[in-house]
Amino acid sequence: MKINPNLPISFSPMHRLQWEEAQNRDVILYPEGMVELNHSSAEILKLCDGKRTIEQIIYELHRKFSTTGLEKDITHFLEIALQNGWIKQP
Amino acid sequence: MAGSNNLRITPPRWLLAELTYKCPLQCPYCSNPLDYAAHSNELSTEDWKRVLTQARKMGAVQLGLSGGEPLTRLDLEEIVHHAKQLGYYSNLITSGYGLSEGRIEALKEAGLDHIQISIQASSEDLSDHLAGTKSFENKKKVAHLVKKYGYPMVLCVVIHRENIHQMADILAMAEELGADYLELANTQYYGWAHVNRDALLPTKEQFAEAEAIAQAFKEKIAGKMKIYYVVPDFYEGRPKACMNGWGTTFLTIAPDGVALPCHSARELPGLDCPNVNDFSIEEIWTNSKAFNFFRGFEWMQEPCRSCDEKEKDFGGCRCQAYLLSGDMYATDPVCSKSSQRHLIEDAITSAKNTALSDNEKPLIFRNSKNSKLF
Repeated sequence: MKINPNLPISFSPMHRLQWEEAQNRDVILYPEGMVELNHSSAEILKLCDGKRTIEQIIYELHRKFSTTGLEKDITHFLEIALQNGWIKQP
Repeated sequence: MAGSNNLRITPPRWLLAELTYKCPLQCPYCSNPLDYAAHSNELSTEDWKRVLTQARKMGAVQLGLSGGEPLTRLDLEEIVHHAKQLGYYSNLITSGYGLSEGRIEALKEAGLDHIQISIQASSEDLSDHLAGTKSFENKKKVAHLVKKYGYPMVLCVVIHRENIHQMADILAMAEELGADYLELANTQYYGWAHVNRDALLPTKEQFAEAEAIAQAFKEKIAGKMKIYYVVPDFYEGRPKACMNGWGTTFLTIAPDGVALPCHSARELPGLDCPNVNDFSIEEIWTNSKAFNFFRGFEWMQEPCRSCDEKEKDFGGCRCQAYLLSGDMYATDPVCSKSSQRHLIEDAITSAKNTALSDNEKPLIFRNSKNSKLF
C-alpha cells in the first residue's frame, strides 16, 4: 500500500503505542496481540499525529537525529504500517 | 519435578483472568473444566487487583477478562479501571449477552480497550439452541453498541459440525456487524467439547470446504476486517505450539485463584497448581512445581526428545496428550510422528459414524446440573 504524500498520517485509534519498561522497548497493542518495535520504528510512529504528512515526518526525523537520507527507509516502514492498519490516512 | 531449573525463565506477557465460572449460557464446547461447579469460590476485588499489580510488575501487558461470563462480576468496571492505571491492554472476552448500553459506556470510561463477543451461529434458532438460552438477537444488538462506542470488536464464532455449513453466512454476519476482527475458532477438544466430540467434530471434507470459503472471503475483505483462523489440529500433521511453550508467556488465574500454565491444566494430574491466596505471582511463575513442570525439553519422551521440530511446537499440547492417551508426557497424538496417531483417526471415525447413525447422542450442555455429574 502506498502513502498519499498530500494527506496527514495518524496512528490508528484501534491500536495503542506504549513504552514497556519490562521489555525496554515500545510496543503496539491491539486486540489480543502485540508487536515489538525497534527504536527507529517507534520514533516514526510517534510522529504520526494526524497533522504531519510523510514529508514533514521525514523532515522531523532528519532534524531530530541530525542526519539525512532516511527517505527510503521511512517510506518503506510507513507502507508496512499502513498495510498492517497501525496508521491511517483520511 | 519434570522441568529443568537451569532455564532462563521469560516473564509472563499474557494474563488471562477467569473472573468467574458463572455463565448464563450453556455452550456444549465450553473450555471450562467439567467439574467447574465444584470450584465456586471466587477471588475478591482486592485479590484481583493484587494479582493484576503483581503480574504487571513482572511484564504482563495483555489482559484477558474472561470466565464463565465476566459480566456477572459487578466489580468488572473497578477491575478494568485498575488494569488501565497499570497500563494493561484489556480485552473483555464475553458472550455479550445482557451487556447494557450503560455498562458499555461505563467500561469505556473505566478504560477498557477491546470487547470480544461470541456468537454461536449465523441463524437465530441454531445460535439459541447451542447457547441453551435465547440470546442471538440481544447479542447482535450488543455488537452494534460496541461499535457505537468506538471499541475495536472481535467477533468470535466457535466452529463445529453443527454450524460449519453456515460458514458463508457467518462471514456475512461479521461484515454486517462491523467486526474489526473475526475469530473463526475451530473447536479444540477439551473440557465440554471433549465430552461432546462425537457430535461436534466435522469431517475433513467439511473443514476443507469451510476453510476455502473463509480464505476467499479473507482476500475480499482485506484492509477492512482481519480474520484469525484457529486451525482444527485433528486434521493437521503437526501439533500446535501450545501456549507458545509452557510457562513462557501465558498465565491463567482461575476464578478461585488457582494459577494455571494453560486454562486446561487443571485436568492434568499431580501438578499441584498453586493459588494466588498463598503465593505471589512472582513465586508462582518462577518457583512453583506447576509452572516448571513442562518448561524446556528435559521432560520429553521420544520421538519429541530427538525431534528437530521440538523448539517449534514443544511436543504439542500436554492436555491433549493426557486426555487422549492418558500420558501427559507423550507426544501430542496429533503429530504424525506419534505412535498414537491412531487415537486421532479413531476419534475422527467415531464422530463420522455418529453423524451417519440414526440415533445421534444428544449434546451435553454446560450447566451446573451436568457439571455435578463429573
